[in-house]
Amino acid sequence: MGILTEAEAKAILDKVIKLSKADECTATLSGSINGNIRFALNNVSTSGIITNTELGVQVAFGKRVGIATINAFDDASLERVVRRAEDLARLAPENPEFMPAVGKQTYTPTNTFSEATATVTPEQRAEVAAKSITPCKQAKLIAAGFLSDGQGFQAFANSNGNFGYQKSTSMDYTCTVRTEDGRGSGWVARNLQSVADFKPDTEIQIAMKKAAESADAKALEPGKYTVIMEPAASAGLISFMMNFFDARSADEGRSFLSKKGGGNKLGEQVYDPRVTVYADPSHPDAAVLPWDGEGLPRKRLPIIEKGKVASLQYSRYWAQKQGKTADASPGNLIMEGGTKSTMDLVRSTQKGILVTRTWYIRMVDPQTVLLTGLTRDGTFYIENGQIKYPIKNFRFNESPVIMLNNIEELGKPVRVGDDESPFVMMIPAMKLRDFTFTSLSDAV
Amino acid sequence: MHRRNFLAMTGLTAGSLLVPSLYGRAVAAEVLQETIDVKVKKTLADAGLNAATGSGASYCDVRVGRYLRQFVITREDRVENVVNTESLGVGIRVIADGAWGFAATNDMTTEAVARAAKQAVAVAKANAKIQTVPVKLAPVKGVGEVSWKTPIKKNSMEVPIKEKAERLIDVNTAALKAGADYVNSMMFLVNEQKYFASTDGSYIDQDVHRIWVPMTLTAIDKESGKFRTRDGLSAPMGLGYEYLDGDAKQKFTDPAGVTGYGLSYDMKEDAIAGAKQAREKLKAPSVKPGKYDLVLDPSHMWLTIHESVGHPTELDRVLGYEANYAGTSFATLDKREAKFQYGSENVNIVADKTQFGSLGFVGYDDEGVKTKKWDIIRDGKLVDYQAIRDQAHILGKTESDGCCYADSWSSVQFQRMANISLEPGKKKLSVADMIKGVENGIYIVGDGSFSIDQQRYNAQFGGQLFYEIKNGKITQMIEDVAYQIRTPEFWNACSAICDESDYRLGGSFFDGKGQPGQVSAVSHGSSTSRFNGINVINTARSLG
Repeated sequence: MGILTEAEAKAILDKVIKLSKADECTATLSGSINGNIRFALNNVSTSGIITNTELGVQVAFGKRVGIATINAFDDASLERVVRRAEDLARLAPENPEFMPAVGKQTYTPTNTFSEATATVTPEQRAEVAAKSITPCKQAKLIAAGFLSDGQGFQAFANSNGNFGYQKSTSMDYTCTVRTEDGRGSGWVARNLQSVADFKPDTEIQIAMKKAAESADAKALEPGKYTVIMEPAASAGLISFMMNFFDARSADEGRSFLSKKGGGNKLGEQVYDPRVTVYADPSHPDAAVLPWDGEGLPRKRLPIIEKGKVASLQYSRYWAQKQGKTADASPGNLIMEGGTKSTMDLVRSTQKGILVTRTWYIRMVDPQTVLLTGLTRDGTFYIENGQIKYPIKNFRFNESPVIMLNNIEELGKPVRVGDDESPFVMMIPAMKLRDFTFTSLSDAV
Repeated sequence: MHRRNFLAMTGLTAGSLLVPSLYGRAVAAEVLQETIDVKVKKTLADAGLNAATGSGASYCDVRVGRYLRQFVITREDRVENVVNTESLGVGIRVIADGAWGFAATNDMTTEAVARAAKQAVAVAKANAKIQTVPVKLAPVKGVGEVSWKTPIKKNSMEVPIKEKAERLIDVNTAALKAGADYVNSMMFLVNEQKYFASTDGSYIDQDVHRIWVPMTLTAIDKESGKFRTRDGLSAPMGLGYEYLDGDAKQKFTDPAGVTGYGLSYDMKEDAIAGAKQAREKLKAPSVKPGKYDLVLDPSHMWLTIHESVGHPTELDRVLGYEANYAGTSFATLDKREAKFQYGSENVNIVADKTQFGSLGFVGYDDEGVKTKKWDIIRDGKLVDYQAIRDQAHILGKTESDGCCYADSWSSVQFQRMANISLEPGKKKLSVADMIKGVENGIYIVGDGSFSIDQQRYNAQFGGQLFYEIKNGKITQMIEDVAYQIRTPEFWNACSAICDESDYRLGGSFFDGKGQPGQVSAVSHGSSTSRFNGINVINTARSLG
């Protein structure tokens, strides 16, 4: 079925709510059409289209909850899925942390849909692959990449009269370009809502340039360096840190935002005063759905303000227990910055290292959010405001909390995607002092 | 790569209801005990095979898949979530005009399967126009109608949820009593009912079972604001519910007094020990960075083997097909030709899809190849890779290694890691005797933080428990340990491996690869091993 209109979705959801005999019922209907093309060794390897529509029904009898899902929408199927959810609820153990469904909410629509992305054809995908591969072949370089695009809708209703419907689109492109001898590697990534803003023939030049210029890398001693992090390089570290803004973990004493002696660090100065991070569902370059998974309406939410922790993420249960308000979970992360480009930051740097990308980021110590990972696909030494030569990749061991206390300068935020992050992000390029590299990597 | 997200989602930070949509329809527990009549599967498969060959396919395989999962998630005294999922459908892969094509449907009618088969042929013909070299398959002889089942004693899906929930709550209660401040424990159960049919003349019905019971115990010192965790020392296994019987013969108590587990797990015992160890970690001194001889327990070794041998010897990575995502490999084809000294002469590493209890144990892979065991590293030298039917010819081989896998009926099968394991030492050697010979070392138990570069050279690993070794004796627990390696130097520093009496499996339930991403489950066996002169860093930091 793929994409349903608001009226079609509402008709199905209303039927489901009416069918339920439970104390409460929430029905969620979502659908998507996603296309992709993958290429490697300058050849297309796989391509496909996946269509999916699914109805989820959650009912509760008291504190007993049952969930069932189905992908058929005739009356008999709707009846079946509701009864199955009810049967499961009757058998379920009581959930002491049960929270009733949200009441009727008001959602302000956000601009999450692009017609251009929704109408991408297999031919257009093949053209993106060709525009990535052809210039690489000509320059004796090897391209491997992936383009995925999709449109979807999400609709829900509950027995308290709440209802929401919105469509969205997204596009994600990554390409790794390597030299034939394997000594140079470059990368480019674009995460956009509209393919109309995507120019594969200019984007590929970035990866090609980095591949060609990163060959013959020299080894520098590991240690603390001033770094210029491109937005994609620091995005993974920052989004990782956001996993630990959970109020309950902080109150329980198992987060870097727990306070000695008990309580959490809400309102405390934890970062450099230039750090401001917020969520905003209607941000013009990073719009997301105007509700979270629980149906709470998203609004502009300060997370870090001038270096102080401005909000922690309370689940509805924990908020009630602590006498706090539960805000909707953020769908995006917007970090404020300045107006300079990455290259502007390079030009003002005496000695430093330019990092294109970080990779395989993993937690080392949750006490301090110490993370480890590696640079890749273009790491360069900077001297007197100029890129001097490529350097071998480094492993880092660094905490984003320490990193965001060592800011020299912030550049202009740009939209970045990260395959390990649930957020759409706007992250600035950053100049940071004393970034900790602990060993060299021979990987290209 | 998806492992991190999955654990974050289901584990400690979870908003739990996300689980089912990843794995299929949410269903009642009873549905997990059902099976589909093999005749129905054969009829569907034949519809696909006939439609594909009738449309011009030179080869076709049809996979009728029913993938069942159950998740029971608890913390302290309560069940946070119970989810049962079923994913059912048919995936059809064809070769037409020398190119691959794939299509899938969850409409379980012969008409829909035939339609999908024709769609797969159309995709193949479209792909053929831009393909430069035609697909070349290593031959496979059809096996007719056969079946295979994981040799389990007790089907986990038949155990009532109540029993599972009560078991976990009992474990949690014991851990809290023993000093843990918080406990998260889970049960993940998998049953893959897979039917494979191909134009080679095979109709293979397989019933595959897996179990994983991870837990995390947290201890907090409110005054100092310090917290420490200790994860359970179980391993995900290709076993039934009998894995939780706590068979005393499968317990391995080491010289530090830590109990590890083989083919049977005592979760409650481990929870009690873990709670005490998490508290001990709060007071343990911080490691002095430098070079140490490392003694690595099998509960730790598996992850190092996985990252530094398993991944770099996957042939698609070696060739460059994973360059944009999982990465390539330092272990290039010329290194095999040159008999590259990957490790010391003690190091013998085998790939094995037939190992009892392992996650990768199946009778046939997802392209109908009978599974086997083969050498990857022999006497320290790189001798082979992991290859599937369309890759075998690149290595000059005449048969596939049988390590092709798809995580769903709707995913295209591709090369996935076999169980890759370090053979035990040939001479009799206990862990206690190994430690006696170490002057300045660290004994590491359990897997922790892990990260490795895109060519699998530079890696860093943490652990769960660290013990200082001085002059042949374990002196005290230490903390903040991570070691950094360059893969060939690390394996060449392997100076001793304990004998087979210490051999155990570890593994990953969610190893990620491919775009769109797919997961697979894989085990790695070893005995405790010693590595000389490894660089250890101190991971303690101060946030001021």
